[in-house]
Amino acid sequence: MFRALREPDHPVAFSFDGRPLQAAQGQSLASALLAAGVRHFRTSTVSGEPRAPYCMMGVCFDCLVTVDGVQNRQSCLVEVRDGMVVESQHGARTLIAGDLR
Amino acid sequence: MTARIIDRTDRMADAYDLVVIGAGPAGLAAATEASRRGVKVIVIDENPAPGGQIYRSVTRGNPDAMPFLGPDYWSGKPLADAFLASASDYAPGATVWSLEPATAAAEGAPALARIGVSQAGAARIINATVVILATGAMERPMPVPGWTLPGVMTAGAAQIALKSAAIVPSGRVVLAGCGPLIYLLAAQLIEAGAEIAALLDTTDRRRYLPALPYLPDFMRSPYVAKGLSLLLKVRRAVKVVSGVETLRIEGEGTAQAVAFRTGNTERTIAADCVLLHQGVVPNVNLASAAGCAIAWNERQRAFQPVADAHGRSSLPGIYIAGDGAGIGGAKHAEVAGRLTAIAALADAGLGDTGVGELGPGGLDRRATAELERQRRRFLRGRAFLDTLYTPAPGFRAPRAPETIVCRCEEVRAGALREIVALGVPGPNQLKTFVRCGMGPCQGRMCALTVSEIMADERGVSPADIGIYRFRAPVKPVRLSEIAAMPHTPSAVLAVTGHAPEDGP
Repeated sequence: MFRALREPDHPVAFSFDGRPLQAAQGQSLASALLAAGVRHFRTSTVSGEPRAPYCMMGVCFDCLVTVDGVQNRQSCLVEVRDGMVVESQHGARTLIAGDLR
Repeated sequence: MTARIIDRTDRMADAYDLVVIGAGPAGLAAATEASRRGVKVIVIDENPAPGGQIYRSVTRGNPDAMPFLGPDYWSGKPLADAFLASASDYAPGATVWSLEPATAAAEGAPALARIGVSQAGAARIINATVVILATGAMERPMPVPGWTLPGVMTAGAAQIALKSAAIVPSGRVVLAGCGPLIYLLAAQLIEAGAEIAALLDTTDRRRYLPALPYLPDFMRSPYVAKGLSLLLKVRRAVKVVSGVETLRIEGEGTAQAVAFRTGNTERTIAADCVLLHQGVVPNVNLASAAGCAIAWNERQRAFQPVADAHGRSSLPGIYIAGDGAGIGGAKHAEVAGRLTAIAALADAGLGDTGVGELGPGGLDRRATAELERQRRRFLRGRAFLDTLYTPAPGFRAPRAPETIVCRCEEVRAGALREIVALGVPGPNQLKTFVRCGMGPCQGRMCALTVSEIMADERGVSPADIGIYRFRAPVKPVRLSEIAAMPHTPSAVLAVTGHAPEDGP
């Protein structure tokens, strides 16, 4: 759905739902996922329909993903980093049991 | 001198003379002006680099590699560079989730506003003598059937992706909507090599006549030459369909086509990416949650915080500058940021007021006179654009009942109209019926549409309906972050019923 205008100078490696992906350093996670061809970031909490980023500026909350185990991160406001483990979200979140510190 | 970059909340000071929220043109100008006058300033911003959305990533790229963004974009670089060379503290990648205005202070203590902020997974409260909200604008929601499908984004979203990541939509791109930005984006995408299948222009022809009286002023404005050259450039390169009255985005799991009507003709075109836009409106959540009075602007058809020409909100110590106070564009926001900083410091008796002659209220008269002149220049022509590009009623208050209005809770226009007909008093009560505005975006994406639908059903102006009352935290903050914050003995007592054993 998106393509990069140039090859990244400093590529970083990360994963989305277990799939290894590459991105340019310094870009947002949402941009990195879009450029990698990811179309579905999550499914909605009410009807379960697929969603993807709408605003790219922190307003719409449609780009929510789980980043390194932390749920509901706005991928448009998170910078992609080397080794990041990113997962799509399906439906509503569950409370994480255990040590919350 | 260089700005001190703050990457953790514990590196922020407990108190600042001035806290600026937002690093777009208004925030950058306000902070640079204030720190030049010797006060202690911090700028808190969600993005990783200064510039806001309009100058997004302007310090990171260069015009030779990305000439397609145009000279207006690159003109933001000196502003961002000047800020980075100032004595300000700068917290990028940080989110403000609450703002409590100063209340009557304890004896001898100064009245300070309290700001809840999160950065790198840790929250804290900092204090401010003066707060300038420079929270900017967001795109007016454009609720049409299918706008929640993946592959549908705002024009601004595609522009942010272009500026910050040098990526362009691939496949068949369809732009739909109205206003200057959609033509600017089309021109940028063409230059960057994207394939634009069509631009569906929804400009309402019934707006030509009301806009006409403002045309002479627009013709003398700084926007006219650029606007005309953009229109010509886009119309030469792209199929532009004018007079589009309805839109529907179709597809299974992703956008695949756009169906639209002009007059009595229905057509469908294939699309892989649909970019919607119908102007920008102030981002009012934080101002509203702080308790600032919010009012309807009929000409801009949006709600905005009540503020005077120098950014003074309805609350002492809280100022609002730039598009967050009413849409005026980037150049206007920069000037407004400077004016607001000067006024805020003068009101609080802070900082070096400069060498100019001091006028009423201790304002630096020489500095403000020139800024006022620039402000008038940048506001010239706006009335024409505001009036001409007021979206058609059906794009503000959707009539197709299946149209999703609240994207988070998937509340549709038909359901909202039915409930409004039951006699719900206002938007806040509507929430309790159907949960519209109660999802993670906290009403940002539906507030205006809900007010427009209520106004449409009742045959009144949104001014008579009002808008959701937004509440802190205005951005999600993790409970573990709140729990890890230091607590006062009285707060511990209130929650646990026991006085803390190791009080301060």
